[in-house]
Amino acid sequence: MEEIRLMKGNEAIAEAAIRYGCDGYFGYPITPQSEIMETLMELQPWKTTGMVVLQAESEVSAINMVYGGAGCGKSVMTSSSSPGVSLKQEGISYIACAELPCLIVNVMRGGPGLGTIQPSQADYFQAVKGGGHGDYRLIVLAPSSVQEMADFVALGFDLAFKYRTPSMIIADGIIGQMMEKVILPPYRPRRTNDEIRQQCPWATLGKPDNRERNVTTSLALEAEEMERTNLRLQAKYKEICENEVRFEAVNCDDADFVLIAFGSIARVCMSAMEIGRKEGLKIGVLRPITLYPFPTLKIQELAKKAKGILTVELSAGQMVEDVRLAVNGSIPVEFYGRMGGVVPTPEEVLEQLKKQLVK
Amino acid sequence: MKKEIIIAGFGGQGVLSMGKILAYSGLLQGKEVTWMPSYGPEQRGGTANVTVILSDERISSPILTSYDVAILLNQPSLDKFEPKIKPGGIIILDSNGISRFPERKDIKVYQIDAMEAAQKANSPKTFNMIVLGGLLKIVPVVKLENVMLGLKKTLPERHHKLLPLNEQAIQIGMDIIHEI
Repeated sequence: MEEIRLMKGNEAIAEAAIRYGCDGYFGYPITPQSEIMETLMELQPWKTTGMVVLQAESEVSAINMVYGGAGCGKSVMTSSSSPGVSLKQEGISYIACAELPCLIVNVMRGGPGLGTIQPSQADYFQAVKGGGHGDYRLIVLAPSSVQEMADFVALGFDLAFKYRTPSMIIADGIIGQMMEKVILPPYRPRRTNDEIRQQCPWATLGKPDNRERNVTTSLALEAEEMERTNLRLQAKYKEICENEVRFEAVNCDDADFVLIAFGSIARVCMSAMEIGRKEGLKIGVLRPITLYPFPTLKIQELAKKAKGILTVELSAGQMVEDVRLAVNGSIPVEFYGRMGGVVPTPEEVLEQLKKQLVK
Repeated sequence: MKKEIIIAGFGGQGVLSMGKILAYSGLLQGKEVTWMPSYGPEQRGGTANVTVILSDERISSPILTSYDVAILLNQPSLDKFEPKIKPGGIIILDSNGISRFPERKDIKVYQIDAMEAAQKANSPKTFNMIVLGGLLKIVPVVKLENVMLGLKKTLPERHHKLLPLNEQAIQIGMDIIHEI
């Protein structure tokens, strides 16, 4: 049954994972996302659904446990925050190359280095452009509410299985620590091994007599074989870009100025838009929900009518590069960002819009 | 209707819990709510605050620059948030926590000596519920019955025997709050 609760974003992820029928969570604690594992440990799903919850000895171990579980067709996940996600990159690249589904959550904090524990979006490049080595992409989802934290667990897993590729949720300390109303989905039973064999014929769940053994690997000894793997991956990413773009456009139809922002700071931009509209400025907000695939076509459409775009991020300016690529010089694309864990207010965003675009 | 409320005081005073009960009550009354704590490397005795927004419509920014209502339970909080109250807004304070009263003339100030009342009632832990009672008297943004339901949802079941004590504390708060 559906259930309404007041929850933190991190808690919502844990609850949603159990309700999705997740088979295993492997993680290592780090602020500001420790409540994900804490909530799972408190709820003890191994006693109810049979879901494994394990604190690994490091982030590197955790992602490789995910690799193993994913190879068996299990719905497995890990979560961490920026420095911990850097440690996972090698494993993520292997999983992407082996074409296995899994869910990775990054509740970002200020960086670089060990940084701060306050909110940041400075891992955009890492999440969207690859992060680890080699030509691979992740499906990247950016929730901006606690409800979306819960919803994107199922969405992330579903897309990961549909395309046999890792999905990543990137949030930050605001969404992770904030409490809001959440409608939790009904419980779904975990898939049985027979169901997995049926739905995931590639899963390494033991070889029956009637087929060859399944192999999951990221290693090829011949260059041509590795190129074939790469071509297969690229074809898949193209299909993802054609079919899976998601965004929210608010008041964009008549907008002279468009604020483009994702995650927590998109909420701040919505408030800036409300204040600006009261002053007579025609402002809209475009909130990319999938950061990969990026809503390039929507931005091109907006650029035909708007006078200018202000991209707002909790970073030195990362997504703005993709916005500029989409717009390709047809209208001005300016940037405003704060770094290291500092979050600008709606008034600051509006002031920047006026300074940089309205003039 | 939209109310933007900040509750600030010392860590350990029950500031975050009070906000949580308020937010849960709002949710049970069918409102949109956000509860945004100041989070950081906090410790007991340091300052803590939480922003609670209750609204009939979808809530945009959970980060605010000004507030309709501020419950300020120590001097650092009063110093920090007095300039951030909207004109015509409200400060609720406990005179035990502060060394000066607010200076602004364009806002309403209410005093609730909850620390003293909690000690008199021999249950210092009900301090935050007394303050919450005061808030509900001045800003009846949620119904008492929903607050009690919210409390029931927030308290672990083993503490449900304390519900009447908490209701009493809310009542005390409603009785002792007064404008200054």
